Amino acid sequence: MSVLDRRSLLAGAAATGLAAGSDLLGFAKAWAQSAEWKPEPGASLSLLRWKRFVPAEDEAFMRLVDAFTKATGVKVTVTNESFDDIQPKASVAANTGQGPDMVWGLFSFPALFPDKCLPLEDVADSLGKKYGPWFPSAEAYGKVKGKWIAIPVAFNGGYPNYRISAMKKAGFDKFPTDTAGFLELCRGLKKNNTPAGFALGHATGDGNTWCHWALWSHGGNLVDANEKIVINSPETAKALEYVKSLYETFVPGTVSWNDSSNNKAFLAGDLYLTNNGISIYAAAKKDNPKLAEDMDHAVWPIGPVGKPTEFQLAFPILAFKYSKAPNACKAFIAFMMEAANYNPWLEAAQGYLCEPLSNYPKNPIWTSDPKNAVFAEAGRRSLAAGGLAPVSERIAAVLADFVIVDMFASHCTGREDVKGAIKNAERAATRIFRNT
Amino acid sequence: MAHTALTQPAPAAIPTRSAWQRVRASRGWAGFWFMLPTALILGLFLAYPLLKGIWLSFTNARIGREGVFVGLENYEWLWDDDVFWLSVFNTCLYTAVASVVKFGVGLYLALLLNKNMPFKSIIRSIVLIPFVVPTVLSAIAFWWIFDSQFSIISWSLRHLGVINGNIDFLGEPAMARACVIFANIWRGVPFIAITLLAGLQTVSPSLYEAATLDGASNWQIFSRITLPLLTPIIAVVMTFSVLFTFTDFQLIWAMTRGGPVNATHLMATLSYQRGILSGTLGEGAAIATAMVPFLLAAIGISWFGLQRRAWQSGGNDR
Repeated sequence: MSVLDRRSLLAGAAATGLAAGSDLLGFAKAWAQSAEWKPEPGASLSLLRWKRFVPAEDEAFMRLVDAFTKATGVKVTVTNESFDDIQPKASVAANTGQGPDMVWGLFSFPALFPDKCLPLEDVADSLGKKYGPWFPSAEAYGKVKGKWIAIPVAFNGGYPNYRISAMKKAGFDKFPTDTAGFLELCRGLKKNNTPAGFALGHATGDGNTWCHWALWSHGGNLVDANEKIVINSPETAKALEYVKSLYETFVPGTVSWNDSSNNKAFLAGDLYLTNNGISIYAAAKKDNPKLAEDMDHAVWPIGPVGKPTEFQLAFPILAFKYSKAPNACKAFIAFMMEAANYNPWLEAAQGYLCEPLSNYPKNPIWTSDPKNAVFAEAGRRSLAAGGLAPVSERIAAVLADFVIVDMFASHCTGREDVKGAIKNAERAATRIFRNT
Repeated sequence: MAHTALTQPAPAAIPTRSAWQRVRASRGWAGFWFMLPTALILGLFLAYPLLKGIWLSFTNARIGREGVFVGLENYEWLWDDDVFWLSVFNTCLYTAVASVVKFGVGLYLALLLNKNMPFKSIIRSIVLIPFVVPTVLSAIAFWWIFDSQFSIISWSLRHLGVINGNIDFLGEPAMARACVIFANIWRGVPFIAITLLAGLQTVSPSLYEAATLDGASNWQIFSRITLPLLTPIIAVVMTFSVLFTFTDFQLIWAMTRGGPVNATHLMATLSYQRGILSGTLGEGAAIATAMVPFLLAAIGISWFGLQRRAWQSGGNDR
């Protein structure tokens, strides 16, 4: 809940100023004077972050960084790497005790080395009191064993992107809300030669998210809340059969897709339904308005379990214990999450990112275009990486090893029957969760 | 005599040298000093990482956390791991097929380029292009060429009316393996061709002249003169080629990430995925260490199989 205190008023005032004249620097200076965390004298920071997907987001973020530097005197060097390269670089930094002060990456990567992360209890509490509560999935990504080791900065909603005309031609006026209807839609699309396609390759974002949705929506889970392996279940078998039926309707080649493959195919007019962030729509609005007009987004259909089982991309930021400027790290993280900074930056992201806290001021990006609205729900609706289990280094390993994606892919391609696919996933999970 | 001996002046004392002076003057020590920097560099950057890797493979180390000794546990898990054995099979297949084809094509190209032809220098430079292009760039180019939706090959064949739909190059296991092997061959041929060409140019033309005067056929000239004299170079170049191919990482990672469903995972890529991406350093190290015997065997075959000096100098093979 929002608390009306001096800082809130200050932030509110600054936010108004921002809206009127983008006085980011003015806000930053005011914030720096009253900030809980005073950067160490002469501190400088380095931040490794995921590479932009929406250029305007990156520009807005760098303005925010610049304002922080001018207000606090702390120079922040930002380097960008693609999604897949963040985790290995962060891992090496954690292992060697050298590298960037902060890393902003994907999913549960801080859980790979929780002992190396600077505790961020105070930052999380402060933000939670001001704009919270945190969404449950955000809390799951930020905490390991009950301790905040990272701040979940944002979620990226990965939702079904579809062509309206193709959906209507397949006999649906509205996007189906259950898994049975979803399969029927895919079959209709295939019949009309306007196929769907979802990544079954080692696509960190797109592959992991939709495969976990498919598993969870049928009640399957890799492990339970106590990390007992429960993948070998009738629910998993049903999920496998369901995904195989879906796969039969897909455009060929999805087994080799990475995270960018569906974007290209959709924009090229070869694909009519896929899962993605808002980046396809943003690119279409810029370069192909006709296609943008004909496309829309929907929440993930609900499966036999009867409740949303979405798995969205989370972007947590961590600071390493080895940083010589822990206070500056905390100050920077808190600063970027201040509504006066956060909202304009989120707006610049054009819906690619959404908030992890439930009481940020409503961002106009979600209402300026009805086709954006669904992406605002990502943080609220998403489950965390472990499903029933808490996020941990083992859960992070499950994602990195594509255990669930490979389980579905091996069955869809005919390499394994249902039992074989489950057995392989079970064995991979046993290997990862073994007590060593 | 004793008297005489006693009265003779004592011989001049042999100048004693300090240990440091002896070390400075010794040729053996000089060799040691000259070798020391190299030994230190090799020890620091080669032996230490290798030994550390082997040690890690016996621990349960994770990223950011020291492990404890777990004996052969990582190897026991690998022994029963289908994905690991698939990666072993893929690595052996990849290395064997790519190396044989690269050698065949490379030797053919070298023989061709050794002949007098117009624009010889330009053609030799062009042949080197695949080797000069950064691996990741060429891998990305191949990824596009073999893309499931936008492949230029599929596009061309569709427009020629040969096929109706796109070819799923990287989505079907056998096809994906063929594609990554092809990319490796494309990239590796210039190294072999140019190295063998250098070897060919060391063969004295007088040997060819003499053979021609004796009425030797082209095949006889090749098999009795060219090949034996080229064998030491072939041994070296194939050893390097096998090593590079066996430990290939970039091509696979950029093109398939080990997919589809691990069908193109090599031991190197699986080691990276398990050790770095999944954070299980011990297991990743075990996979990397498991490559060593294969590498030693591969080196042994290409080195001892081809390094037959007795035969080259007219003696009998041993």
